[in-house]
Amino acid sequence: MRRRRFLAGLVALPGAALAQVDPLDPLVWVVTNGAPVKKGKVTVTLPQLADNGNSVPIKITVDSPMTEADHVKSIHLYSEKNPVRNMANFYLGPRAGRAEIDSRVRLAGSQKVTAVAKLSDGSFWYDTAAIVVTLSACLDES
Amino acid sequence: MRRAAPALALVLVAAAALAQERAIPLDQLKSGSAFLGADLLSLQKDEFANPGMLWVERGEKLWSEPAGRKNLSCADCHQDAKSSMRGVAARYPRIDAESGKLLNLEGRINLCRGRRMGAEPLRYESGELLSLTAYLARQSRGMPVEASIAGAARARFDAGERAYRLRRGQMNLSCAHCHETSWGKRLLSETISQGHPNAYPVYRMEWQTMGSLQRRLRACLSGIRAEMLPYGSPEYLDLELYLAWRAQGLPVETPGVRR
Amino acid sequence: MAARIQVPAQAKRGEIIEIRVLIQHPMETGYRHDDVGHLIKRNVINVLSCRYNGVEVFRADLSSGIAANPYIQFYTVADQSGELEFYWIDDDGQQGTERQSIQVAP
Repeated sequence: MRRRRFLAGLVALPGAALAQVDPLDPLVWVVTNGAPVKKGKVTVTLPQLADNGNSVPIKITVDSPMTEADHVKSIHLYSEKNPVRNMANFYLGPRAGRAEIDSRVRLAGSQKVTAVAKLSDGSFWYDTAAIVVTLSACLDES
Repeated sequence: MRRAAPALALVLVAAAALAQERAIPLDQLKSGSAFLGADLLSLQKDEFANPGMLWVERGEKLWSEPAGRKNLSCADCHQDAKSSMRGVAARYPRIDAESGKLLNLEGRINLCRGRRMGAEPLRYESGELLSLTAYLARQSRGMPVEASIAGAARARFDAGERAYRLRRGQMNLSCAHCHETSWGKRLLSETISQGHPNAYPVYRMEWQTMGSLQRRLRACLSGIRAEMLPYGSPEYLDLELYLAWRAQGLPVETPGVRR
Repeated sequence: MAARIQVPAQAKRGEIIEIRVLIQHPMETGYRHDDVGHLIKRNVINVLSCRYNGVEVFRADLSSGIAANPYIQFYTVADQSGELEFYWIDDDGQQGTERQSIQVAP
């Protein structure tokens, strides 16, 4: 079952990442319950090129006033090619003041990274960023 | 025999002159950080987010933790490292006057533990030794590397240069092939650096952790498919001394961040 | 588990403050092998949370996709003087906590 879901994910994502987030992707479904995910409001910032996939800086921001009435509830981060595709989930609220997260991620090769944000009005928004991850020139078995 | 003596002397003088000549002139020295991308360079400079600071902070705690039979801490003898250790790491490796042995920082820490504290030596690449080494080197941050090759150090320096120039492994390369004659050139996506030791121990992304200069030397040997020597072997120490002389004047950057 | 946490010592009420967290942890992926070829079991910090005077203001589920020695930066609104409490736990059940106090001027 796990393997089948994993394979399904692999098939679903490449096309999906190009155009839009596939609401049928099981990893997205558990967040959205099938609701549409629109492009916009979210910005994923990655370097265009990473020297090493072990630690890549990432910034996710969501355009939101972060008030009681209108705020980001959560941000879900997906990798196209990592063995574990749901890299992280961040839970915010009006107390955050600003919907912005910085972190460093592992990326198994060149790929697209997608962030889906859940807003307090129940809508879902996403952005995708592409990155080239280069390989080390020398063997290192130290 | 008598005839050989002047010839030998001549060879020695020539060798000495050769060793003093710098393949990379001092004004063209570039620290490894000059070869970093913008992200890693800013990470190294970020006093908070530089992951190496986790080891430096632990080293600061270890500095005043008693250990060994005598229940002494480093601080019991050396007090505040911020003043007593300022500039010390920049002068390593150096000869220990008591034993005549060449010591790097790790060796000095372990010698102190054995001789003064009655404590077991710390293992290379252990969290404790990396933390203490990083903490000590950190106290010399910004100061120029200035290792002495005078007196008893001279023979070790010469051995270090021989090790530096020795072709090794399946690729039949010496250190000099990459870091002396090819620095600045591309190797796949990377730019070959001059191979300086002034930021060690470093947090290396490849390792996803902190590592000593000797771990880096082993990584280089592995890269050219040569035999890796055990940690702490005299050849690595000689090489460390040669590298320190080669990097003379570069500022200590510990904890460095590298690819 | 050693950690470095940066919270401004002082802020004005209503000010958005930046919080930076760096924790020493290998974030072992479960896909690596040791020197003798055995798989190293997965061990990652899976939850990190921040409570501000007892109220959760931030929480993250993390995975092996987060780099070793994880770094997380986020924001919160300075509300009242008091304490920010950070808590995290890894797959082995090892927990970490850290407290930082903040002075908030009205």
